[in-house]
Amino acid sequence: MSAADDTALPQARIDLIPIALVGAIALAAFAMIGSASTWVTLTVAGLAMGLLIFIMASGLTLVFGLMDVMNFAHGLFIAIGAYVAVSMMRLFSGAAGAESFLANLGAIAPALVAAIIVAGLLGLFFERVIIRPVYGQHLKQILITTGGMIVAEQLIHVLWGPDLLPLPRPTALRGSFLVGDIAVEKFRLIAVVIGLAIFVALIVLLNRTKIGLLIRAGVENKEMVEAMGYRIRRLFVAVFVAGAALAGLGGALWGMYQESVTASIGAQMMVLIFIVIIIGGLGSVGGCFVGALLVGLVANYVGYLSPKIALGSNILLMVMILLWRPQGLYPMSKQ
Amino acid sequence: MIDTLLSGDRPRSRVLAVALAAILVCLAAAPFLFPGTRALDVAAKVCVFVLLVASYDLLLGYTGIVSFAHTMFFGIGGYGVAIATTRLDPTWGAIALGIAVALAISLVLSFLIGLFSLRVKAIFFAMITLAVASFFAILASQLSDLTGGEDGITFKVPELLRPGFRLLEEPLLGVTVGGRLITYYLVFVAALLLFLALLRTVNSPFGRVLLAIRENDFRAEALGYRTVIYRTIANCLGAAVATLAGVLYALWLRYTGPNTTLDFAIMIDILLMVVIGGMGTMYGAVLGATIFVVAQNYLQDLMKLASDAAKGIPLLPDLLHPDRWLLWFGVLFVLSVYYFPRGIVGQLRAWRA
Repeated sequence: MSAADDTALPQARIDLIPIALVGAIALAAFAMIGSASTWVTLTVAGLAMGLLIFIMASGLTLVFGLMDVMNFAHGLFIAIGAYVAVSMMRLFSGAAGAESFLANLGAIAPALVAAIIVAGLLGLFFERVIIRPVYGQHLKQILITTGGMIVAEQLIHVLWGPDLLPLPRPTALRGSFLVGDIAVEKFRLIAVVIGLAIFVALIVLLNRTKIGLLIRAGVENKEMVEAMGYRIRRLFVAVFVAGAALAGLGGALWGMYQESVTASIGAQMMVLIFIVIIIGGLGSVGGCFVGALLVGLVANYVGYLSPKIALGSNILLMVMILLWRPQGLYPMSKQ
Repeated sequence: MIDTLLSGDRPRSRVLAVALAAILVCLAAAPFLFPGTRALDVAAKVCVFVLLVASYDLLLGYTGIVSFAHTMFFGIGGYGVAIATTRLDPTWGAIALGIAVALAISLVLSFLIGLFSLRVKAIFFAMITLAVASFFAILASQLSDLTGGEDGITFKVPELLRPGFRLLEEPLLGVTVGGRLITYYLVFVAALLLFLALLRTVNSPFGRVLLAIRENDFRAEALGYRTVIYRTIANCLGAAVATLAGVLYALWLRYTGPNTTLDFAIMIDILLMVVIGGMGTMYGAVLGATIFVVAQNYLQDLMKLASDAAKGIPLLPDLLHPDRWLLWFGVLFVLSVYYFPRGIVGQLRAWRA
């Protein structure tokens, strides 16, 4: 970098206001809640929820940014990830029930890896069969992906049965850590760690590698990247599959978070995911991250402060953000 | 005469004309042709869903916007009548008040949603409506003091519409002429009139502008039409008719609850009916809704037979399980979006040409 420093393009300034907003909301909530231990518990829960949503939503927003494709069946990958995790945890139920942390890891790791692989493969298939024939036609995309969602949900019923399935957490991940009088659920902490790791990995990938450069360039101006001789199609398939795999991981983790799985898990999460990527600005990974944190934190704070309006808090948040920034927190140039 | 009734929009296919006439006759004479409560239930549901799907087609097929909030307006209609009749007396006045309030709420909501999100891409509108509708469904199940929560509301209808009421002492052609029959014909006539009104709308100059927007909104704008306004009006109109359909359905069931009106599964059903029947043709709504509702009620019996016959073969009995009928309609839906985007009606018309 040393030689290129003089000629490097000026860095785009990062808009810090939305990030400050996250902090402001956390502080305001602290003032309203008043008790440090409750606040920490809620904040960790909110961050865990937000980061899990981010894992699931990041692929969707990138796919939209890159190819202008909105996949209404993204929830399918979430559901499949959760169901694969259920099957794998059953297979390794001995290890999951053991007391030692390592044995538990031996159960949870294959479950997560299998969720990632199966969801990724399904993404590959889905892109080829469902999405590819309807490029550039928004109306058909919405219809066809919704149709794919219906069929997939029914197939899950066929394969796993229509009933709610339990997805118990491994022994070592149950219960909570106690620091003073502050209780932090172990699983939430794990979710935060995994979520942050994925966020950092994504940012590094997007900002420090050639593939990331191409993806960002593609979001900015697809035709130009193609004119430079890169096959944006392949890039797109890769992003789509990666997004599906992440959604599968997120689904498996979310299933463990809730400790049960139903076939409608995907459709339920889709609503939250849409809210997050609308808040963040369609196509923006950073916006998706901030949006997910906002949604997770607000849902938990409001749920504690006034449970009556908790269910509507996400919609209210979305409306307020859109009134402030109609294109989302980080608008993409294309729109 | 017929031309005036159909607003000059003829079926343009002999098979289609015969099918439509058959459906009309069957629905008009349903109590006499198909005795039994289940058959009459199916017929009433067909009437309501033809109307509901036609109003959705106004949005999807004619204006080219995808809304996932149509069941929300359907539900507002149902809850409007249910709440009004339980809070006040079960009189016609209370029903009228319920309808008026429901219509007002629907119009305001659809106007706000439209204003908010119809300026931008179709995708944005679809996402926003999905979020709002799911919020509304949660709200309805939470505000249990007002809406009865998950249980919904069972309400009383005016004397004339009650099952116990008898208009004639003697059965007419073997059918009791009572509250049920009167309610059925109320639903049928109202649905028919509103359907013809929708047909009139899409064949008016206003409807032509909607088509222009669907085909090329940029060009429509360039020709001087304010596309946002037209889209918003179409959205409000669709919402109003959906509300009325909800009213009819609630009157027929004498019940309103989340599962009969607000469930996302119903939204999916509406989508399937519109696309399989044929987008952008009001007649597609008739065919789609009829085929779908009849299949919903009778296909399962057939599938049970097939599933039992396939016993022993792996996976096949599960695939043919009666509860999996939506799987096959989903496949049909995906195939029709790919291969015949104008649905059954479009296909019939293409064969004739």
